[in-house]
Amino acid sequence: MTTQTSTRKTPFSWFFDWYNQLPMVRRRTIIGYVFIMPFILGFILWFLVPALVAANLTFQRWNLISPPTYVGTANIERLFTDPILPQSLKATFLFTILSVPIGLVFAFFLAMLINTPIRGIAVFRTIYFLPSIVPAVASAVLWAWLLNTEFGLVNYFIRELGGPKIPWLQDPGWAIPAFIILSTWGVGGSMIIFLAGLQGIPEVYYEAAKLDGAGRFRQLWNITLPLMSPIIFFNLVMGFINSFQVFVSALLITNGGPQNATLFLVLYIYRTAFQSQNMGYAATLSWVLFFILMILSLIIFRVAGSRVYYENAD
Amino acid sequence: MTEIDMDSTMAPPIAAPKKLEVGRARLSDRIWRGMTIFLLFFFAFVMFVPFFWLLTSSFKTQNQIFQYPPAWIPDPFVPENYVNALTYKPFHLYLRNSLFIAGMNVLAVTLSASFVGYGFARIRFPGRDLWFGVVMATLFLPYAILIVPSFIIFSRLGWVDSFLPLIVPQFFGGGAFNIFLMRQFFRTIPEDIADAARMDGCSEFGVYGRIFLPLAKPALITIAIFTFLHAWNDLLGPIIYLRSPEHFTVAAGLASFRSQTDISWDLQLAAATAMTLPVIVLFFFSQRYFIQGIVMTGLKG
Repeated sequence: MTTQTSTRKTPFSWFFDWYNQLPMVRRRTIIGYVFIMPFILGFILWFLVPALVAANLTFQRWNLISPPTYVGTANIERLFTDPILPQSLKATFLFTILSVPIGLVFAFFLAMLINTPIRGIAVFRTIYFLPSIVPAVASAVLWAWLLNTEFGLVNYFIRELGGPKIPWLQDPGWAIPAFIILSTWGVGGSMIIFLAGLQGIPEVYYEAAKLDGAGRFRQLWNITLPLMSPIIFFNLVMGFINSFQVFVSALLITNGGPQNATLFLVLYIYRTAFQSQNMGYAATLSWVLFFILMILSLIIFRVAGSRVYYENAD
Repeated sequence: MTEIDMDSTMAPPIAAPKKLEVGRARLSDRIWRGMTIFLLFFFAFVMFVPFFWLLTSSFKTQNQIFQYPPAWIPDPFVPENYVNALTYKPFHLYLRNSLFIAGMNVLAVTLSASFVGYGFARIRFPGRDLWFGVVMATLFLPYAILIVPSFIIFSRLGWVDSFLPLIVPQFFGGGAFNIFLMRQFFRTIPEDIADAARMDGCSEFGVYGRIFLPLAKPALITIAIFTFLHAWNDLLGPIIYLRSPEHFTVAAGLASFRSQTDISWDLQLAAATAMTLPVIVLFFFSQRYFIQGIVMTGLKG
């Protein structure tokens, strides 16, 4: 350590004198906290303080221009009479409940496909992965057109196969499926995580299973899925968190429509705050989002977490 | 659970017992392989067609975009779409702003996350595990929840319509994910190296800065790439905090482009392609780190 500093007279020498007298354990504690201090400060400044501000805002009406007024529990009461909130919750839940499992299964399926040892597999891996890094704004522009009822490619292929003309972005019933297609296109990230997991499974397990006469689907069910369960769990949790925050595509493609069918919760909060200028109610809606995410996380950890198989559980 | 036994359904009926085993395995393997390759190509087509369409349509006239059935090859070929799209709005300003914000984010996140990550990985002190629990908890509290109160705090600070709200918070820890990643990486480095340095009179900050940071280069590059991407792609932050058009990022510029009804599809598609291109170039130059990073985030739990 810096024992030499005590002999020099610097503005902070008193500090080093004091510091160097401390026992080793204390010094470690201080150094440890110095290292994690940026996070602690950030946590206070950008998490705790905003949370307190949000709690305070819940009891205010404020349009940013005139001074805030105290309105008691009016914002909370409004939650129960707001006709738009149920639509927003319905859109958010419906999208999450459908898009997360579909995305998970599709990503797993693609990962198994690109785990095939053939020449040129890297090309396929790249093609499957690339959509996931396309900026959300660019992807919104692209899909707004691909899903166009009259001229879009999606309907072109459906009609070539003898299907009907689907009003993806005009019909409230088709809007959520449209967003699921868009989000499924970008599953590359979780696919790569699955692929890495698949490659981590020792080949001997499969050889042993083959000797015992297990078919391919039995191998998948009894070896691959249990060994992959921590990774499936990770992708599940991340999928939930991401789908609850879907925002950019809804803002740019449908702007919440048709008939609020894609007015996802984050978009509704954004509109309430920055278009209706109602900060108090927007903060109250943020708390709703917060509680939903917390309860969902707890449920996922309780239900799915206990089914995860860890090889070297300690 | 439905077990489809390819061996018995596809087996050739007549063959000597020993050869039968080999023949069965080979035939079923071949069918399986053929199916896999077919599916590989099928999904490659499905995933690639939107890209291909985006790229080719960015060279089409507005009329041809409205053609049904869709045309695959632009005719006439209109590269001017790019010129028109990128000069319609001051995209050179947006580009500069995006690069500045993304660059500052990269600097902030790599410095901050590695510093904090080192503390969590290599120093044992009371309360460490508790604080690490807090780090992991913030992972589940997405940014979107805090948009309203954060906006009010930043507007009180007078930071609205500046880049500060998009940069300064990044210096405080650099995000739960990155702290977690750096911690995992630092834990793989043998303690002997640090001890040797400490024996030679190196302070803990010296051990971090002179030994661990250079060793962490792969992890830092990975984090840098993802931070850059995140900043480049982000829309929520810029549309909340940036007001005057000359402060817009590329994402905000393209979004404002789209919300204007008079802007034609050919220009929108050209601008969207132009915004995607840097990301794809970045991917091709740093594939290894991309894949490494994604794998690291998902696997080392």
